[in-house]
Amino acid sequence: MESIGVLMMCPMNSYLENELQKRYNLHRFWTCPEKSVFLETHRSSIRAIVGNASVGADAKLIDDLPKLEIISSFSVGVDKIDLGKCKEKGIRVTNTPDVLTEDVADLAIGLILALLRRLCECDRYVRSGKWKYGDFQLTTKFSGKSVGIIGLGRIGAAIAKRAQGFNCPINYFSRTEKPDVGYKYYPTVVELAQNSDILVVACALTDETRHIVNREVMDALGAKGVLINIGRGPHIDEKEMVKALTEGRLGGAGLDVFEQEPHVPEELFGLENVVLLPHVASATVETRTAMADLVMGNLEAHFAGKPLLTQVV
Amino acid sequence: MESIGVLMMCPMSSYLENELQKRFNPVRFWNFPVFLETHRNSIRAVVGNASTGADAELIDGLPKLEIISSFSVGIDKIDLGKCKEKGIRVTNTPDVLTEDVADLAIGLILALLRRLCECDRYVRSRKWEYGDFQLATKFSGKSVGILGLGRIGTAIAKRAEAFSCPVSYYSRRVKPDLGYKYYPTVVELAQNSDILVVACPLTDETRHIVNRHVMDALGAKGVLINIGRGPHVDEQELVNALTEGRLGGAALDVFEQEPHVPEELFPLENVVLLPHVGSSTVETENAMADLVVANLEAHFAGKSLLTPVV
Repeated sequence: MESIGVLMMCPMNSYLENELQKRYNLHRFWTCPEKSVFLETHRSSIRAIVGNASVGADAKLIDDLPKLEIISSFSVGVDKIDLGKCKEKGIRVTNTPDVLTEDVADLAIGLILALLRRLCECDRYVRSGKWKYGDFQLTTKFSGKSVGIIGLGRIGAAIAKRAQGFNCPINYFSRTEKPDVGYKYYPTVVELAQNSDILVVACALTDETRHIVNREVMDALGAKGVLINIGRGPHIDEKEMVKALTEGRLGGAGLDVFEQEPHVPEELFGLENVVLLPHVASATVETRTAMADLVMGNLEAHFAGKPLLTQVV
Repeated sequence: MESIGVLMMCPMSSYLENELQKRFNPVRFWNFPVFLETHRNSIRAVVGNASTGADAELIDGLPKLEIISSFSVGIDKIDLGKCKEKGIRVTNTPDVLTEDVADLAIGLILALLRRLCECDRYVRSRKWEYGDFQLATKFSGKSVGILGLGRIGTAIAKRAEAFSCPVSYYSRRVKPDLGYKYYPTVVELAQNSDILVVACPLTDETRHIVNRHVMDALGAKGVLINIGRGPHVDEQELVNALTEGRLGGAALDVFEQEPHVPEELFPLENVVLLPHVGSSTVETENAMADLVVANLEAHFAGKSLLTPVV
């Protein structure tokens, strides 16, 4: 087992690193000064890659590793992995669904509350001493507002369940209608946006869903509507969103993800009607530990010839 | 109707002020603190709120006072005993603000456990470009202990259940129909909860109901959420417990001496501090104002009060 080369793409979790170190011959890709030299030297020993939401494995990397058998992603989203190339070469791919569903759904609700009730602005207001001079302005109510969810998978369904606790009517857009759920289906994202106070992005990022929230959708959401993104930055046309917000055409945005993380458009920094988080939807001690265990569990299963736990490809 | 003097204790809502102006003769106490001498006989109603009510001295100073209508659900700033004694009616604004306050309680929990405000600061200060934020802690599934299972406490419980949180409570009486676990003391509730939420009215019995014992029972992994009244919590002890690391964190919408907030809390990452905004949304303040006006109208028309307390 010790001679199995595993390539870790970037720092993601020290517990995971330690566990990988104990069981495999771990290579930390981010510490290699000359990556092409590293790949030349070690290409024949790397049998597994561990990636995450920011760094995966593109076609070139996959081609450079002839002994690659499995890519185990420390994330549920696998948009940074060339799945087509993996299928072609028989390389298996695993991710970390379910264990992070609750945290991500919790964060979506947290973003909605922080945005509508201006929680971060209020906290700043108190800490700056301004409360002594007057009350904070009125904000807007969450309970009862209509919530439109793009993508009703595990995470979308968990968000819907939570929003129902706040008496919010739930609408959704999905590739296929789900008649058993009891929520209102809209056949297009624009119609969903027209009929929702709060639009939440909760679908997977694919070629079809890139910029699924475009100018038309944002205009439909409007000056009284707000946009929440716990999916991937590229789900939203970020440039258009910045304009819509700075021009007052969109009521507000709560964002955990961006097109070029960790870069965030600076035009947003001066706005009161945005909440900006550094991609923390699954970033709790409990969940990252569970995700790490799942990555380890998948790798162990693979190298022991047993069925994978959470296979994507 | 125009000659009915209504004493408004402090600025609370411009919408409410306008509505009172249309129907009554509102006197703004904060503009005319010395007016009492001249106008005492024309004041038949007082409109107060969470911060300013009517104490015995004020009530005694207004011989024609018939009704106090509070722009709040909490009426701890009104001398109810004196009102009962003098036959003065008191109304408040329950129900219309229940959802907003419960929403804020959940917002406080999420902001605290997931460090939302710290994270937002982290991004805006460009620190994300140099590294990821540290790990926070999960909310879903944590045990929530609610102090007071009235309208607001029940609404908080309902929301917490949507996050799969086991809910337990302390209340003056057991409420077996709700299906939550009852603890007979606040200390036991705190011992058995990850998150303790204060949601009861402020009375002589509940002042400092969250004291050092309770905070020690909650402990270094527990967090305290206050959407009740500042005096529910022994604030000095709270500051000590937080700065000494004996209490895991606190998210507070209310304080003992608002708008004063103990400055020892400002540098702490494990606190969230809000300026008493539990019901401060446009929707709810308008509904509260309508209820204040409707209670006054009902009283002066000889009809039943909508939301009487006394």
